[in-house]
Order: sequence, then structure tokens, then C-alpha cells
Amino acid sequence: MSIFVDNNTRLVIQGITGKEGQFHGTQCQTYGTNVVAGVTPGKGGESTLQKVPVFNTVADAVDKTQANTSVIFVPPPFAADAILEAADAGIELIVCITEGIPPIDMVAVYDYIQKKGCRLIGPNCPGIISPGKCKIGIMPAHIHREGNIGVVSKSGTLTYEAVGQLTALGLGQSTCIGIGGDPIIGTLFVDALEAFEKDNDTHAIVMIGEIGGNAEEEAAAYIKKNISKPVIGFIAGQTAPPGRRMGHAGAIISGGKGTAAEKIAAMKDAGIYVCDTPATLGETTKKALESL
Amino acid sequence: MKIHEYQGKTLLKQVGVEVPVGEVANSVDEAVAIAERLEFNVAVVKAQIHAGGRGKGGGVKLAKSQGEIKNIANSIIGMTLVTHQTGPEGKLVQKVLIEEGMDIVKELYASVLIDRGTSRIVFMASEEGGMDIEEVAEKTPEKIIKEYIDPSLGMQVFQARKIAFKLNIPAKLVNSATKFFMGLYSAFMKFDCSLVEINPMVLTGDNRVLALDCKMDIDDNALYRHKDILEYRDITEEDPLELEASKHSLNYIKLDGSIGCMVNGAGLAMATMDIIKYYGAEPANFLDVGGGANEEMIENAFRILLSDKSVKSVLINIFGGILRCDTLASGIVLAAKKTHLNLPVVIRLEGTNAEAGAKILERSGLKFVVAHGMGDAAQKVVETLKN
Repeated sequence: MSIFVDNNTRLVIQGITGKEGQFHGTQCQTYGTNVVAGVTPGKGGESTLQKVPVFNTVADAVDKTQANTSVIFVPPPFAADAILEAADAGIELIVCITEGIPPIDMVAVYDYIQKKGCRLIGPNCPGIISPGKCKIGIMPAHIHREGNIGVVSKSGTLTYEAVGQLTALGLGQSTCIGIGGDPIIGTLFVDALEAFEKDNDTHAIVMIGEIGGNAEEEAAAYIKKNISKPVIGFIAGQTAPPGRRMGHAGAIISGGKGTAAEKIAAMKDAGIYVCDTPATLGETTKKALESL
Repeated sequence: MKIHEYQGKTLLKQVGVEVPVGEVANSVDEAVAIAERLEFNVAVVKAQIHAGGRGKGGGVKLAKSQGEIKNIANSIIGMTLVTHQTGPEGKLVQKVLIEEGMDIVKELYASVLIDRGTSRIVFMASEEGGMDIEEVAEKTPEKIIKEYIDPSLGMQVFQARKIAFKLNIPAKLVNSATKFFMGLYSAFMKFDCSLVEINPMVLTGDNRVLALDCKMDIDDNALYRHKDILEYRDITEEDPLELEASKHSLNYIKLDGSIGCMVNGAGLAMATMDIIKYYGAEPANFLDVGGGANEEMIENAFRILLSDKSVKSVLINIFGGILRCDTLASGIVLAAKKTHLNLPVVIRLEGTNAEAGAKILERSGLKFVVAHGMGDAAQKVVETLKN
């Protein structure tokens, strides 16, 4: 098993004819993801990648191919609109890779997807992969391996770091999900945690957070109450100066809130195995599993 | 993007929010001319820098005659203003805002921002105007009023009115205050702000409701829709190295340590700083070269790292994934040669063709130390400081 994406995923790529859409679309298809359609307004009727039909609208793509999942490789000024279009067309899971969507736009988008009842992953994220089944996003496929560790993270390359270590130790992954580093994102740690808890094939969860906001504290409280599986954690930004945005739009300590120290304290209190450095995420996961 | 108080007030006026009469001066002569033209006998002279706490630092003063306006402007322009937000080095004051003095009856607080917890815009207000709002929130959270805005409706007049009554604004001023609050919300939306903060907003003896101060941050991601506001950018307020980095689309933040870092991805870049500290040294910077780190970007990144004279060693940590490490390694070698890099460099490359990449680095004849894994890389770079 896995969460959110698997062999039943039917993917439509929004922005399929762009540079990113072409490159990563090919990578996803090569991995075995069922790419059923692409959307680029004005290029409907064409075909791209390995026999993937292009449509003018997501609604057309859903109508003709029964796509149930979408991935968005659309530039920031148009990405919020692309999410809304996917939600309106009845897509159940929308993965938005785009970085740089204005948060004011995301406020309206977030409200709309709640009303539609669909799930958004991201924006500003690497995507989601259930190794051996389905890859949606920009993560390097070869570092992953099928297995029983769930990984959820705000950061892209730091997720790869953790996955690389797990795979090297022979620990495969059920699903790895990058939730994104923006202040407003569709899927939170708690959403992923809830799904991992229900997934019988996930035996432990690696959770990687960073400074800013209080999603990690909320996750810690949720874990304390609801999660029976071991959780291994890390928080990036222990040395970040307050008031500065550390690359990710959401990674900022403001008004003394959102510090790594607060998050780490909350996570330790919830019984999470918190790593001092990301270099020990793999080892710590292995030990946590052995002590079960 | 941060903008100055006087620029924020210009934007507020466009949406009908009243601000004190005043103008900005770049010199003492201009300050005197403004005071004469606007016939000010009592005026407030306010230093314009991108930091709060200006009053406590001596950057805001009341002048009771035109002569005093001149003297005060003279003392503030050119001063290095130190506040709790500038750091100990302070900031050079180049402009002052000259504003009418007024008869203040009550000081209040109002702000609009995005609340991450609810993913909604929130309007916050308090009767504790002029105070440090974070302190108010910490000690007396009940004194902060919050109204969450429904995204599909936008802020409604009843919400603004509710805030006005909760703030105990006198009945005769409630309509003006309501209009004032609606104006702040429209400014937030119209100019794509990440923060509009009025501290204090004031009620005056002649029954006016005004924004006495204005802190407005514009969301960087939305600047493409605001070419006019982009002209408000004041590069003299920015760190020269950070400014240079931003020209090359590099995400760079200068810190105080001695190990320069070059990393792809924001999370990994933060974690790299953390692990350097963990092994006993201090990072000199945050630097995210992004997903597609090519030779040109690495060259620019090297130049920026090397212009920071406190950098003694460099740590390159790239988890390429899809990126080919051999191509990347060649890029690093070329960039290092072009920039005459002669500091110790520890490199950790992960991704496709990592072995081939390591060989290219080792054969380059440059002082590269190849590391395996983050822990190894951090320990090796810290070690270079001891030699």
C-alpha cells in the first residue's frame, strides 16, 4: 500500500508542453506513472511524450481520459488559476510544483479546494512518489526503493537526503511526500500523518520540518494523540537569524515565533526521535524500527 | 519587499486612508523648504529607514519651531540609527519625513496580514497602540482583537464596525474608523502586501482618524503585477552582497561565521548551516543555488562567497538527484579557476554519476576535499579551520 498515489493514479500534466513539463513529464512516464493526458491551452489535439494527448482544458482531459490526478508545471502568475481549473474539473488530487505563487492568491485557492473537497499538495514542493508504483514531481527516482517508511517534508533536497540514507540502509519507502515550503499549502503534516497511520504498509514515519509557522507543533500534538508508529524527525534552520526568509517563502522566524527550538521541544515532548543533524535520519530510523 | 514609511503613506492615501500632512526630505535644505511651504510651526521629523523602533533610537523627534525643524533634521540626516531591528551596526539615515504635529487623544494598533494557521487574511487591532505588539500578544493576548476575512467575500463593513466598537472608539468617530479599517484592507489587497501595520493609528482632538505610522511590506512573489511599486525599492537599505546575489537569482543571506556554504535547495541549505554549527564552527552565509545549478551560477556564487572576507573555507553540498554530478564537477572546477579560488573547499556531491564527479574534482589540481555524506562533509570543513 501507499498513500495518495498508486497504480490507480491517472495523471494529467498541466503545462505539459513547457520545458519543465516535457522534462519531468518524461521522467514520470519512464518511471511507470500512468500519464493519461496533458493540458496546454491552444495546443489541444496535439500529442506529446509517449503518446500522451494534449487538451486545451483540464475539463476536456478529464472528460476524455478519466484523469483523477493532476500535476502543475505552470509559471507562478498562472499557477493559482491552474489549481482552480483542476479543482473545478473534478480532479481529486492536485500536485503543484510551481514556486512563487503570491500568498494572497493562495488564500482564495485554499478556500476553493476546501469547498470542492479535493486534495492539493504544495505549492512549491517536489511532489509525491510511491516507489515502484507512481512518481509525480521532480524528485530523482533512482534514490527511492519500495518499502515501509513514510516520508513527509517541507523541503525538497532535504527529503532526497533522508531518502538516500534510508535506501542505502535497505529501508524502502511506502510514499514520500513533499508538502512545500510556502506559508499556505494544501496538505499539512497532520494530513500526511493521518494517512500514514492508516496505511498498513507504513511501519515508521520520517517527518522533516523547518522554521516558520507552527505546523510542526500541531503535528507533534497530533502525533502524541493519534500516531502509534515511530516518528523520526528533524527541523532545519536551527542557526537561521530571526526575521529573514530562508529561501522558502514560509521559512521565517517572525516575532520570536516559529523557531527551531520551540518545534524540537514540542516534537521531543510527543515522543518523536528528533535527530540533531540530517546526517543521522537513516540510522535513527533503523534503530527506531529495531526497538519495536 | 520592504518600503519606507513615507512610501507606504503615499499608497494609503490612494485608498482613502488619512495620513498626516507631510513630505520627505533628502537634505536639511529640503526639510527647511518643506516646513516653510507647509507652514509648519510644530512638526515631527522622522528618520526613514527599513527598521522599527526608530523613536527609541532617537530617530523620531518633535520640533516646536522652524529653527528646531532645521536643527533636528540636521542631527538625524546622516546619523547611524541603531534600533532593536537594525543590529548593532545600525543604519545610515538618508531621508527624513517632515509631518504636521497633531493633538493626539488616543493611540491604537491595526494590522492586516495572512494567518498561516487558518490560511486566511486576518485583521488585528488593539487599544494598546504605540506598544510593541508582540509583547502585547505575549503578555495580554486578550487585548488583541482579531477578525478573520472570508476569502470569497472579502472584508465586510460590519467587521470593521465591530472592531471599532471593540476598540472603544467614541461613537462619533466610529464611521471614520470603519472607513479607515476598510481602507487598510483594500490597501493590503490592492498592493499585494504581506503586511500592513499601523502602529499607532490615532484619534485626534479635532476628531480625525489617521495613520501616524505605516509599515507596509509588499509580497515579493506579486511584484510582477506592481511595476510602479517596484520603483520604491531602496537598494541602499540592502546588504551589498545580498543585492549582488539577487541580481543572479541566487538566494543568499549573509551571516557572521567563517565557513561559506553553497547548497541546492533551501531546506538542505539551512540544514547545512546547522550541521556546521553542530560540529563547532559558524556558517558565513545561507546560499541556495536552486535546482538547476550550472557553471555560470556556481561561478557567480563563488564570487559572492569570496567577496565576504570572513570566509576561510567553503563547503559545497549538492544533492543533485537528476543533476549529473560529472557535469556539475566540471562546472565547479572551471568556476574555481575563473575566480582564482584558493581557499580550502570541501565538496559533497550526490546524484547521477557521483563517482565520475569525484574523480574530476580530485584530478583538478585544486585544493578540493571530496566528502561522502553530510556529516563527513561538515566535519572535514570544520577541520580545515584548524590548520
